[in-house]
Amino acid sequence: MKIESRLEKILSSGHFAVTGELGPPKSADLETLKHHAEEMRNHVDAYNITDNQTAIVRTSSIGVAAHLIQMGLEPNVQMTVRDRNRICLQSDLLGAVSFGVRNFLCLQGDHGKFGNEPASKNVYDLDSMQLIQAVKNMRDEGVFIGGEKLEHPLPKIFIGAVANPFADPFEYRPLRLAKKIAAGAQFIQTQCIFDLDRFEKWMEKVRELGLHKKVYIMGGVTPIKSVGAARYMQKNVSGMIVPEELITRIKGAEDKKKEGIKIAVETIQRLKEIEGVAGVHVMAIAWEEIVPEIVERAGLYPRPTVN
Amino acid sequence: MIVAERKPLAEISKMLEPFRKICILGCGTCVTVCLAGGDKEAAEAAAALSLLRQNEGKDVEISTHTLLRQCEYEYIDDYAEQLAQYDVILSLACGVGVQTMATRLPDKIILPGLNTKFMGYPQEQGIWKENCLGCGNCVLDLTIGICPITRCAKSMLNGPCGGSQDGKCEVNKDIDCAWHLIHERLSKLGMLDRMEAIQPPKDWSTSHHGGPRTIIREDVRLENRE
Repeated sequence: MKIESRLEKILSSGHFAVTGELGPPKSADLETLKHHAEEMRNHVDAYNITDNQTAIVRTSSIGVAAHLIQMGLEPNVQMTVRDRNRICLQSDLLGAVSFGVRNFLCLQGDHGKFGNEPASKNVYDLDSMQLIQAVKNMRDEGVFIGGEKLEHPLPKIFIGAVANPFADPFEYRPLRLAKKIAAGAQFIQTQCIFDLDRFEKWMEKVRELGLHKKVYIMGGVTPIKSVGAARYMQKNVSGMIVPEELITRIKGAEDKKKEGIKIAVETIQRLKEIEGVAGVHVMAIAWEEIVPEIVERAGLYPRPTVN
Repeated sequence: MIVAERKPLAEISKMLEPFRKICILGCGTCVTVCLAGGDKEAAEAAAALSLLRQNEGKDVEISTHTLLRQCEYEYIDDYAEQLAQYDVILSLACGVGVQTMATRLPDKIILPGLNTKFMGYPQEQGIWKENCLGCGNCVLDLTIGICPITRCAKSMLNGPCGGSQDGKCEVNKDIDCAWHLIHERLSKLGMLDRMEAIQPPKDWSTSHHGGPRTIIREDVRLENRE
């Protein structure tokens, strides 16, 4: 049976796509993760599976992807260049494709110092740009980085990358996106958007460069559960902007969680209106069960079916 | 230059535990300039260790000398006879000096008194910064003088990662984001287009990843000149 990316079909047929995110556990027991996957089954088109996020040792992204496929769900396998050299990245990609993974998100990865193995050796043989290009060349040219040919062509795979409109230098960020597109990125998931004004400014420049017509841009949305969570992201998560007004708004709300959901829904509604935004990537970290409600209230349910 | 820092006294003391006649040997070049292993630091280490041994009630004999460069045979040879009398030599040279000494004086026990940190420069008195990894294939032409291999914590070749904010690296707010600096520099020089081309994967075989490196220059070898 020919396996194709459902996410790609949804985006290419003009639907507003929704992806969810699953963070593998620090154990080999995937029951909770599978439970969360089930909760979102009808509300997301594909699931990002993080790759040892914030450099913390967890079940591998590709390992979890195998379980999702068995459950009939579509993974988007995140691959960072932090822990694997080009031999391992290319080999893991082949392994994942062999059991049906069709979406790969190529990223740099948080530095190893943030995780639970801060004494580890950071690999960084490739950078994220080079990984994107390597995957494209494997798929389109049938060639490894070193120049050798693959013994058989790869099937169609959908290549993703990330963009962070909240990182600096701000004026360079749209150009960096252009570079990722040139390297082979077909869809983009952004860092969590809390500062919509800055995101819109970034999108303006993206449109000026015509990049929204060359790549599907999915805005990152994270519902905030508490003032503490917002503060944590503001202070401790690299490359994020959490405006003070947002924290004040949650602080002032009687029911903080409800307010957090409301903000997420409003964010999605605003994103839907922005020309060039093709979908949302909902990262409900440690709050996965809320995804269906957010998707429904944002008017993105039911999800489209594609063949 | 090579920048180093002295090992903690406790570690040095433990290392030297079995030995009575000790030579603390300074090195007169890089580590003298970076105030880690010159004359002065050798004398300081000797004084500190003497005091420690005195308090422990142990009888040791500690002397100090300084070689101009422990990384060159000719300087080591000048001192070989003098060094013969010691049970151990605590070298205050970088790792290069320690090993050159150990190679040239195979009968002597040479132990490291420093941690060799990096190749860098003194930004101001008391602050040293790393700026070259010795990757064996210089890319400074690409960035007009700022090394992303060394100064980006992720050795990225294609621009800044998403962790760069306000010009600082996600790893530590005391580290400048190398790509922020590069962007600024190229922008001032009107050469920002240098950031557009995709830089291909780096050939790390010219770096240590290709194994320990040797340079052979036939044109300057003495045996070829005769």
